[in-house]
Amino acid sequence: MKITLYDYSLSGSCYKVRLMLGFLGLEYERRQVDFYPGRQHKTPGFLAINPLGQLPVLEDNGLVLRDAQAILCHLANKYDGDGTWLPRDPASFGPVMMWLMFAGGELMAASSARLHDVMSYDLDIEAARKSARSAFRVLDDHLTHREIDGGTWIMGDHPTVADLACFPYVALSGDGGIGHEEYPAIRNWLREFRKLPGFHAMSGISEYV
Amino acid sequence: MTATTDPVARNEWIAAGWLGQIAPGASHDTMILGQPIRITRTGEDSYRISEIGEDGSEGRELPIQTRYTCIFTTLGDPTRPLPEIHEFDEADRVVVGCGNVGVNTSPYRLVENFLDMAHFSFIHVDTLGATDKTEVLAYRTEHRKDVDEIWAVDCTFFQPAASKAVKGGQMTRYLYRVMSPFSVMLYKNISEDSDRNDAICVFIQPLTETRCLAYMPMAIVDNENTAADIADFQQSIFLQDRVILENQRPALLPLDPTYELPTRADASSIAFRRWLKAMDIRFGIYEKQAA
Repeated sequence: MKITLYDYSLSGSCYKVRLMLGFLGLEYERRQVDFYPGRQHKTPGFLAINPLGQLPVLEDNGLVLRDAQAILCHLANKYDGDGTWLPRDPASFGPVMMWLMFAGGELMAASSARLHDVMSYDLDIEAARKSARSAFRVLDDHLTHREIDGGTWIMGDHPTVADLACFPYVALSGDGGIGHEEYPAIRNWLREFRKLPGFHAMSGISEYV
Repeated sequence: MTATTDPVARNEWIAAGWLGQIAPGASHDTMILGQPIRITRTGEDSYRISEIGEDGSEGRELPIQTRYTCIFTTLGDPTRPLPEIHEFDEADRVVVGCGNVGVNTSPYRLVENFLDMAHFSFIHVDTLGATDKTEVLAYRTEHRKDVDEIWAVDCTFFQPAASKAVKGGQMTRYLYRVMSPFSVMLYKNISEDSDRNDAICVFIQPLTETRCLAYMPMAIVDNENTAADIADFQQSIFLQDRVILENQRPALLPLDPTYELPTRADASSIAFRRWLKAMDIRFGIYEKQAA
């Protein structure tokens, strides 16, 4: 078994995969991609690996996968013996997939705001922050209902790929000028996530102390 | 904001772009000290910089120097040249630019963060500092009047991973050098040979008084890692600092010594603030409000 991750330390999407690999205790080889300022992910060499020109990419025994959410599901499906990260029971599978798509969709507005503020990406920053706040509102309301029901995680009584996929860009949103003041349930959930065994931080997110 | 009228700030060389940022023939609009400017890459290695007027038209042309992977310009009549950093001329070093990183604070907060060793053990855990070794040992500061620079010398700090090239913890020796209100650098001993210190700079482009772009050119001794690896390490360090920087209040720098209470570890910051005060710089400075 050999796993290779095409990685960039500051990428929240790559961080999703690094977290999953860490939680599952999997060894992997890291290939540094000069995302900024080199834009190596848009060079012909990298486009041959991922024609969409996006990070991360995972190679697992010859299987080449793009899209952080797809990679999380692949890793959980193949390597999580307990099946807790990717629940298969009919009551959980649908909601976990729904929030997983939310992480790769609506929540990515927070990533856009961060790219604008940190790496000077030319985009409508106010629109990006507004979209991110709307998405955070939806997540915060959901987590508030979960708290009222005695729950901690997005679905069920343990963290799933949905929590993992939502975590990075919510936690990193301060980099894009979006604070967590208005989202108390999100703050509680972020704290619980950082306490998980095997959790490790990245730049912009502190370890749980 | 409108362009600053502060002559001290206007007379400094300021980084406004990095080499490779603009494609040949293309132009890039940005800002220095509140003044909108346009950088046009007129050839492979040639650039033109002009002020942009209120009506969007190009106005006065500004001076240009390209060095240390950056494009420098000025709104005034520079009283000091760009600093000499001979490490960038040594052919066997890895020279890395790191692009630029946006930070919403005043330029001097960036300089002070770069000078500060006390935060290593809390912000850069397991790389530049360790949580059980937090002491900043005594060091000296100097105002070198011949070049009008602030230096901090005899600095040492325990570092679990001082650079991408270092394996294992070490007492790292640092030399800090503030070359202008908007540029600072350090030399750190990665090998035993002090002539081969890593040179790491921060050149700051103040867009406005509280919005900056930071350029981090480095001339590194490293035979193992690629430029991309080294940039990744440095960017990871800087994005840890960025969170702290954007949360400092006030964002503008107070020069009144009673406003913020320093400790002995802040000696370099004290020297820096005195130096800023003596040059009577106004741009980005927190003015005490009348009671």
